[in-house]
Amino acid sequence: MSKLYIARSPKLAARSLDGEMMIMSGADSTLYTLNKTATIIWQAADGKTSLQEIVEHRIVPEFEVEAGAALQDAEALARELAGHGILQVSEEPIPQPNSAAGEAR
Amino acid sequence: MSVLMQEMSEKALALGVPLSVQLDLTYRCNERCVHCYLDHDDHGEMTTAEIKYLLDEMAEAGVFILTISGGEIMLRRDFFEILEYARRLTFCIKLKTNAVLIREREAARIRDLGVESVQVSIYSHRPEVHDAITLVPGSLKRSLDAIRFLKSQGLKVIIANVLMTENMQDYQGVRALAEELGVNSTLDPTVTPMMDGNRSTVRLGVDESALKQVFRDQSLVGDVDEFCAVAASPSEDQMQALPCSAGHTAAYVSPYGDVYPCVQFPLPSGNVRKQRFIDIWKHSDQLREVRSIRLKDLPSCSQCAHGSTCTRCPGLAFMEGNMRGPSTQDCEKSFARTGIPSANLLSRKPAAANLVQIRALPTLAGATA
Repeated sequence: MSKLYIARSPKLAARSLDGEMMIMSGADSTLYTLNKTATIIWQAADGKTSLQEIVEHRIVPEFEVEAGAALQDAEALARELAGHGILQVSEEPIPQPNSAAGEAR
Repeated sequence: MSVLMQEMSEKALALGVPLSVQLDLTYRCNERCVHCYLDHDDHGEMTTAEIKYLLDEMAEAGVFILTISGGEIMLRRDFFEILEYARRLTFCIKLKTNAVLIREREAARIRDLGVESVQVSIYSHRPEVHDAITLVPGSLKRSLDAIRFLKSQGLKVIIANVLMTENMQDYQGVRALAEELGVNSTLDPTVTPMMDGNRSTVRLGVDESALKQVFRDQSLVGDVDEFCAVAASPSEDQMQALPCSAGHTAAYVSPYGDVYPCVQFPLPSGNVRKQRFIDIWKHSDQLREVRSIRLKDLPSCSQCAHGSTCTRCPGLAFMEGNMRGPSTQDCEKSFARTGIPSANLLSRKPAAANLVQIRALPTLAGATA
């Protein structure tokens, strides 16, 4: 399985509400909410940390899940979010322009 | 509001999070709309640094939807610097503007910054009417050109129209124009009193017969019978309902840093130059009082036939002198909609004159006895 890199799409609005991320797509004003696991992945999506590292360092210790299964779920989630245009997925690190690197809280 | 947004609002309410804030960057304006509620002089606007600090605080407090308005926002030389900073904090940004200063370059920059929507005020499809309201010749053309620039960038544009006697005949023309431009439009029949309490602007609003006409326009309200139906008395749940989001999940910040429950609710609740935004939001006595009010606490409105369907604005009530009182403009709307006078309007009827007339009858009876 090749490494995947993920990055937040630049034109989104986002805010964490009690640990769950609200995301508004600027393109069509669609609102999404992410559960706590997806929120952790989304917040860590800086384009340079691989999804595997995110799962190993952020998801596995937090939720005490088996790493292989967690990575499979995370990849499926990343591709689903990419389908909605709210996450970029690549097999290479994704360079982030300074102005677009949002600081979602 | 989408179901998901409704869910998020309820969650924010339960957590005490200010989900949405309107921030006015300036009260200065390049138009002089006859119905405007603002004093356009600059009494000491927040600096760029103060606004950036406030944006940091608001992001930290959980504000998600940030409406940037004025005055005319484009008159701030630092407008794009502020907008860029706000977007870096990932606010969902809605702009309100007359758009007169927006050309291709500005429209492209707004698009690049990922703004959610741009609301533009248009009062008529006819220049002679629109420009007579803005008091700026050529303003309709410039605003419409700007809407086209914004649309060509793929931005979501909303035309906002305020219904007044002066443009009453033109609201369908504005709607047709919006359709032609491929944008949404809103129509507001409420003219707001000035923030200093001056109510002279309210007189520009439409009269009862015009309101009746608008409320029976199927293209605006959908099912007229349903819209104009008299509702049942408020249920126990409705008696416990909140009047609106002002002060509960929404707030307003003026160009001078004053915090209010809403732009239409000028109850000074603190100033971000003196206190942190979150401290004002959490601990202001004024906001606490606003939050304590339920329909059951409104002496007149809780007894009113329209209690469950009225659009009562607590801010307009406050500007009439009592935040627990009725908002007469909304009473008039309920009356125009249903033909049933509100408890407030009934109490205002010239009862004394009627009593005088009734008192006169015994005299007549005495004369014939």
